[in-house]
Formats: sequence, C-alpha cells, structure tokens
Amino acid sequence: MRLVGAWSMGLVAGGLAAGPGAPVSRTVLTMNWFHTLLLLVAAFIAVFVSATFNGLRWVAWAQVDLLPGLMVYAALNGGLVTVTLLAVAGGVLFDSVSANPLGASVLPLFAVGWVLQRYRRLILRTEVVAQWALGLAASAAVPVLTLVILLNSQSPPLLGWLSLWQWVVKALVGAALTPVWFWLFGRLDRALNYRPQTGTSFRPDREIKRGRQ
Amino acid sequence: MYFNIKKPHWVALGLVVVVTLVLLKLPSRTAAQVKLAISSLFLPLFGLAGAVQQGVDRAGQALAPRQHLLQELEQLRRENVLLRARVIQAEEIARENARLRQALGWASQMPWRLRLARVIARDPADWWFSLRIDAGLRQGITTNCPVLSPEGYLVGRVTAVGLEQSQVVLVGDPDCRVAVMVEETRDTGILTPSSARPFDNVIVELRYLPGNSALHAGQRVWTSGLGGIFPKGILVGTIVDFRQVDFGLYTEARVKLAARLSALEEVYVLLP
Repeated sequence: MRLVGAWSMGLVAGGLAAGPGAPVSRTVLTMNWFHTLLLLVAAFIAVFVSATFNGLRWVAWAQVDLLPGLMVYAALNGGLVTVTLLAVAGGVLFDSVSANPLGASVLPLFAVGWVLQRYRRLILRTEVVAQWALGLAASAAVPVLTLVILLNSQSPPLLGWLSLWQWVVKALVGAALTPVWFWLFGRLDRALNYRPQTGTSFRPDREIKRGRQ
Repeated sequence: MYFNIKKPHWVALGLVVVVTLVLLKLPSRTAAQVKLAISSLFLPLFGLAGAVQQGVDRAGQALAPRQHLLQELEQLRRENVLLRARVIQAEEIARENARLRQALGWASQMPWRLRLARVIARDPADWWFSLRIDAGLRQGITTNCPVLSPEGYLVGRVTAVGLEQSQVVLVGDPDCRVAVMVEETRDTGILTPSSARPFDNVIVELRYLPGNSALHAGQRVWTSGLGGIFPKGILVGTIVDFRQVDFGLYTEARVKLAARLSALEEVYVLLP
C-alpha cells in the first residue's frame, strides 16, 4: 500500500512536507515511529500533569495546558501522521479527564499542528525565540478554538472576566514551556539515536603501499 | 492497490474533522462511558500520585515535634468528650423526632449513608468546575449522588460513574444548579454560577427569590430538598449581598460558599 508507505516513511521523515530537494535537519530525519510513540506518551503525561498539578491554579487561578507546546514540537519536527495522532490522542485524553464534550479539543490542537506543519520550512525552528513565540501563539489559539466549539455545542462553558486573565496566563506559561519540550526531546534524541558518523581522515592517494610492487 | 494522494494535508484535515464530528455527535451516555474508559488509563498514575502524597504527609507527620502532638492530643480528647455529650443529646432528639413523626403520620427520614473518597484530579480546562474522585460503582456510588466536604458543606453532585472513579461537578458549574432555602426567611431560590466569575469559585448567585424577601448579609443558605437530588438541610453558604431585579419582582443575592472547593482533598458522597 503506497499510502501507508508514503505516510509512514516519507511524511514522517519530513521529506514530502519539506520537498525532495529541501534540506532537512537531523532531528527530522531521525523522526520515526518510536518518536511518535514517545510523543504520545508525553501527551499522556502532559494531560495527567494538567489534571493533577494545582500549583499554578493556586497561584494564578489558571491551569497549565502542556499540549499546545507539545504540538508545536511535533509539527516542527514530525510528520503529518504524528501531528494527526497527537491531536486525536491528546485531545481525547484531555477531554476524558475534563467536563468538555468528547472530541472538543481534537480539532483545535490539530489546526495548530496543521498550520505549523504546513509552513515549517519558513520557521527557524531551532531558535528558542521562535519556539517561544510559536508556543505563545499555539497556547493562545487552542483555548480560543476550543471555546468556539463549546459555544456552538449544547453545553456552554463558564466565562467571565477571569477567563481573560486565565487565557493570558495559559498562553504565557505554555510559551515558556514550549522550548522545554524541544530541549527534552533533543536530549532524548541524542540519548536514544545513533550518533552521526564523523568523517574519516583516510585518503587513498596518501596510502603507503607496503610490499614489493 | 494504488493510492496517490497529492494533498495529504487536506486529507488529514478532512479526516480529523470527521473524527471530531463523530465524537461530538456521540450519544451523551456513550460519550460518558467512553470518557470514563479512557480516563481509567490514568488510574495507575493517580494511584501513584496519591501514594507519593501520602508518603510526603507521613514524612511530615514523623517530623512533627512531640510537644505539638501532645497538645493536639489533649485538644482532641477534650473535643471528643464534648462531642460524646452532643451525640447523646442528638440521639435523644432523634428519638423524640421519630416519636412525633409517628404521631403525626409523617414518613421517617432515613439517616445519611456516607462514603469517603479522595480527590484524584481536577478539570484541566478552566471553564468547568469539576473533579474526579477515587470511588465508583464498586463503592455503591450512582449518578446524581450529592457530594459534601469533610465539614459537611455542599460541594456538588456526581455526574458520571465508572467502576473505580467518578466525576463530580462542583457548585458554581453551569451543570450544577441547586434548589436552596434561606435559613431565617425560608425563601427558596436556585443557585447558579456567578456571572462575574470571581476568583477561586467562592461566590455563586442565588436567583428567583421573592421580591419582598427580607434578606440581610450573613444569613445562611441551606439546600431546600426541592428538585430531588440534594436532600434538605445541607449548608451551602452565607449571603454576601443582594439586589432587586425585574422592577422588584425578584431578588438576587450573592452567596459565599461554605466549602473551600479549591482546597478539597477528600469528600463525602451521600449514597442513595
């Protein structure tokens, strides 16, 4: 099946999205199913932390959402399949521990990942400032898009002036944590992947031939 | 077979839109069951987090100074003696109440059956007030069971029940409206979320009180028993202020909740 083949190899490796001749970073090239699995595990832990960590709630009356930052990382370093799987799994996991209708968080997460994945060639993804700015935009966009879905559903959420403050806090904290995802997965990548082969100093034209000619 | 997808981004977008629509259009009962099934994946982590918390608490207790523990023990002994006397008095009142009810031909009230549960998670979305507890069907909990704080104040009600966990919506959530009664005036109304959305969910609004209601700040508000979910006589909070609306037809009041919803670690569930 060429569809599966293309998605699991070309797209996941970033080749199709970046174009055949475009330079692709080592991180993108080494992106494989194991990394996708790691991202899904990270999404699971991120949702668990969002549901159980109350520190920010007590300090700033807002809850941290780690998924948009993770989606930024996945969209810039993974393929379309990774982005899709992360959006569906992360969104469903988030909604399962929340009072959100099931599926309300899927499309907002995917929309952010979809846009970033589509235009990632134009983004300086290794720059911390770019990661921070993208994290800010993603963490601000996901709650707004989710609210748009909720306001059009049968269960309108509780909104007020406090919601504006919570939105700002959520965006800023999400932005601050986005480079952490890049750092964390960079460390994991270095720890779990093969080192790139270093160039050899051997030159055949300088080889000393021993023995009689 | 040969598939040639030239625009995979648009295909993926279409797929996710379809998945979202299917999930959003699931029947509410099915969606609740799916949510509980998925959230049960977190149970091992919730258990681990609870064990770590208990370990930290025990370590803290082990480090408490002996003098402090002795003082606390003495205080608890005195409190215990006082409570025993009150229990004897309450039992006598209960017997008298039962006799009078029998004489009047009223139905006798069933004593509350309570089940202690630990709060294992809170809603990660800021626009809902809900939490999860570590008790479910196996512990006898059913949908709409009232939930109380350890001090006996109203917290909310159970909305979804799994085998080992349940979801509780708190007072102040749009999905938890409570029929209440003002203690002194006996006026009844309905508690709804505060439109101003104050910090920490401590203030809710009491609506549909009569226009001539003689309210004043500090009056206590109890559940009225109307509505069939919350039994009569659970303390909800105290009135902060009030105003007349709709040209004096109704009175609305702001109520400060008695339970500290943001600091809940354990709750009691009223079993049916």
